[in-house]
Amino acid sequence: MSEQDQITTDPTKPAQRMRAGSMTISATPWIIAAVLLIAMPYLFPSRSALTIMNQMSITIVFALAYNMLLGQGGMLSFGHAVYMGVGGFVAVHVMNLISDTGAPFPMPFLPIVGGLFGMGLAMIVGSFSTRSAGTVFAMISLGVGELIAACSVIIVVFFGGEEGVSGYRDEGLPFFGFDFAQQIEVYYLIAAWLMISALLMYLYSRTPIGRMANAVRDNPERAEFLGYSARWVRYYSFAASGFFAGIAGGLFAINYEILTEENLNTASSGVILLVTFLGGVGFFFGPIIGAIAFTLLQTVLSLHTELWAFYAGVLFVATVMFFPGGLAGLIMMHVPVFQIGKAKQLVLPYFKTLIPGAVAVLGVSALVEMTFHYRHAATGDNEMTVFWTTFDSHAILPWVIALVVTFGALYLTRLNAPSLREAWAEANTPDGGAA
Amino acid sequence: MDLILVNIIDGLVTGLLLFMLSAGLTLIFSMMGVLNFAHASFYMLGAYFAYQISLALGFWMGLLIAPLIVGVMGAGVERYGLRRVHQYGHVPELIFTFGLALLIEELVQFIWGKNQMPYQVPDVLNFTAFAIAGNSIPAYKIFMIFISVAIFIGLLYVLTRTRVGMIIQAALSYPRTVESLGHNVPLIFMGVFGVGTALAGVAGVIAGPVLGTFPGMAFVLGSIVFVTIVIGGLGSLWGALVASLLIGWVTTFAKSYNIAMSDILNGIGFSTPENLSDSLWRDLWTVTSPQIADILPYILMVLILIFRPYGLFGKRDA
Amino acid sequence: MTAALELSGLRKSFGKTEIIRGVDLAIGQNERHAIIGPNGAGKSTLFNLITGRFPQTSGHIRLHGQDLAGKAPYEINRMGLSRSFQITNIFPKMTVFENVRCSLLWSMGYKYNFWSMVSKSRALTDGADQILEQINLTARRDLPAGVLSYAEQRALEIGITIAGGADVIMLDEPTAGMSHSETDYIVDLIRKVTENKTLIMVEHDMGVVFGLADQISVLVYGEIIATGRPEDVRANSKVQEAYLGEALEAEH
Repeated sequence: MSEQDQITTDPTKPAQRMRAGSMTISATPWIIAAVLLIAMPYLFPSRSALTIMNQMSITIVFALAYNMLLGQGGMLSFGHAVYMGVGGFVAVHVMNLISDTGAPFPMPFLPIVGGLFGMGLAMIVGSFSTRSAGTVFAMISLGVGELIAACSVIIVVFFGGEEGVSGYRDEGLPFFGFDFAQQIEVYYLIAAWLMISALLMYLYSRTPIGRMANAVRDNPERAEFLGYSARWVRYYSFAASGFFAGIAGGLFAINYEILTEENLNTASSGVILLVTFLGGVGFFFGPIIGAIAFTLLQTVLSLHTELWAFYAGVLFVATVMFFPGGLAGLIMMHVPVFQIGKAKQLVLPYFKTLIPGAVAVLGVSALVEMTFHYRHAATGDNEMTVFWTTFDSHAILPWVIALVVTFGALYLTRLNAPSLREAWAEANTPDGGAA
Repeated sequence: MDLILVNIIDGLVTGLLLFMLSAGLTLIFSMMGVLNFAHASFYMLGAYFAYQISLALGFWMGLLIAPLIVGVMGAGVERYGLRRVHQYGHVPELIFTFGLALLIEELVQFIWGKNQMPYQVPDVLNFTAFAIAGNSIPAYKIFMIFISVAIFIGLLYVLTRTRVGMIIQAALSYPRTVESLGHNVPLIFMGVFGVGTALAGVAGVIAGPVLGTFPGMAFVLGSIVFVTIVIGGLGSLWGALVASLLIGWVTTFAKSYNIAMSDILNGIGFSTPENLSDSLWRDLWTVTSPQIADILPYILMVLILIFRPYGLFGKRDA
Repeated sequence: MTAALELSGLRKSFGKTEIIRGVDLAIGQNERHAIIGPNGAGKSTLFNLITGRFPQTSGHIRLHGQDLAGKAPYEINRMGLSRSFQITNIFPKMTVFENVRCSLLWSMGYKYNFWSMVSKSRALTDGADQILEQINLTARRDLPAGVLSYAEQRALEIGITIAGGADVIMLDEPTAGMSHSETDYIVDLIRKVTENKTLIMVEHDMGVVFGLADQISVLVYGEIIATGRPEDVRANSKVQEAYLGEALEAEH
């Protein structure tokens, strides 16, 4: 393992920062986040922006909950959507109960109900699934996930069959005068829960059980010889993760007012794995970045291309193969460079390599789009638009242009890559001695 | 009685098909410790390739060539993908194969679109082999049984009787020792991965015409295959065989005999509630065995894991 | 006074092969006891039986008079027995400090606590820093444990083993693979940290064994052929014949 890998996968950096500095230093990111969350609706007041931000916040809570398992506990789940989903379904049922009986229950407390039921389910499943981590755990999570997803068409009373269960969020007891009929009110409700749950999850990772989750992840046998049962440590992580996943489910219920089979199935579980891994499992803030990046990417790409799932798949596989630390890992790789004070030396090499690289990626995606259009468009419909340019996908010229641009850019990238590598090594070497 | 015989044959076909997938999967797992999530995707690729080849060269060439292509692709995935990810540890390996499964599904949609392909049973085999009490048994089913059994015997022969098989068996337990004896273990790994995926390819070629060749086919069968090897015990070839047949028969029988839950509940002394449609338990009362046939394997898996965590034939915890 | 650790009629078979063939041994409080023997004698198996890594076939293991049958490793650890491993077994991705802090958690009564912050506990931080001081790794405090040198990792391993305050310490070949100077360093360290504790160790280096141990047991083919003070064991003809003679020769 090289020095670089250790930096990207080192989960202990936040701990150091916290110990080294006073409380004010570690509180800064949280204050910035809170201010940003409050200010966002003023910066982006449109309805669609609010929709995206709500979706983003819910995904962040879920991804952070998922990373309690994957990043901190070393447990890979292929069926985590069911804990969010079941939490959400219960929340909708409670919402309907409020509507039907007029029970005085304010909406902002609904996610707690979702959380408790998510945790309850996790406690049942965890009782047999946390015996081991690794492959067996992954398989059980998949099997249980499939089982519950399949139940959704059978247990119609609870899951509502094909059409799901829906409710109304604005019939609860008003909370300081808000009834959450307006989207902006829902935004602040979700944002508040995002802050609360993120902070709680962060603090959880600083508790004895949170620290032992890391120890069990790295070396379960050694942890047993320190007095901790690896299985119980995993069980606690699993239950806690189920709780916060359920909270995300409750938020989903409030935001969308409907839950369906889609909230439970393996595709949803796969998406949250993708989001978390893309962001980076080694750092607490990784899933946050992942959720933001993924939601934006999904929104933008799905507007412009039918193939967005294909691109997401490519991105996922590429991340696993080449950047196992995810986006957070990439960011944290640069910390030593800044500490040494040589970050400036990297600007030019980055420009020289990454711009042709970006052009090459766009070129390849243009070729992919053209191939897809050539193969699948209705006969006679030869016209297509890529990157604001409309042309005939059956003509030669566009293909020649796309190929030349792509391969030219690829060539430039390869040409400049060695100098970037050199600059990187140089920037990581402190003056006057080896690293 | 006659219906039972028909169901036994149907269940056997499903079970053997499952076994062709689970055999390769379990072989790869016990050798490399990697659970190949994309295994069923290679099965799908087998079906699609065979369809494409059958358009030009006919079914039989498809049966011959498609598994070869799939095997080569599998070996390539091991060589250029898995081996690279291996250094990061087990969890990233699993995530990699999961990502690959997503990617292959998208790729298939990209090339062939979302619709089912008109991949058909070849005319030579498109007749009724025999009939049992009015239930006709198509010749193609007999052909499927024949192919699967032949492959199983071949696999058993290679593993237990040939030199390569000996080396593979030794490499299963002592990869280091085998490597120090001068055998190229990475090459063996690549080979096993290739053969395992090629087996999945064969399964795809022969299952495509009956189960349908569509982008979701990997997913439909994939999770059942994982359940199979968990039930059988991770890494056990015999366990995979027994579990495959078990699942094949259980699901087939559950589908063909319409057993209603209300009958069972009445049978053990519960009486049906008067106003069933208002009852919270109505779904439990109205459920029938064909409805839950597809989730029976999952229920079976959960039960097995609770009472026998290593599966039916599993020895060690992976 | 009950022995710190008492083995009686202990047997272990793997399949048809009997590896431990009836071991009886009593190790007193505050004794430094070394178990020696040729390769394949079953020393590591004995260690693994005592620490609950796998169950014995028959016989009894008693820690402070309490039977350990059927206890999981973590339960045995909570009863006051701690062990190190032959192959370095630390938490490589966590910092050195954090390695030690984790090993303090249970003994400081935190159990499965999820409501207090580890960094807020003065006792925890000071305790971990004290251990670091003892094993001379204060300078490495905030490095990931995986990047330490081999000898430093072995020292950390010992630190983790003693941190929990167990009074019976078992070390499995603590000096394996070390140079002479590193060995001297570790021996001093072991002497220092096992003051007023019961030490049981498996060791191949006779210099270390005779320098540290009050009592020595010789294990050959799953049986203890001699137990006694170092000079007695050295003089024992059975031991000389079976093992020690050639090992002593190799030493000089």
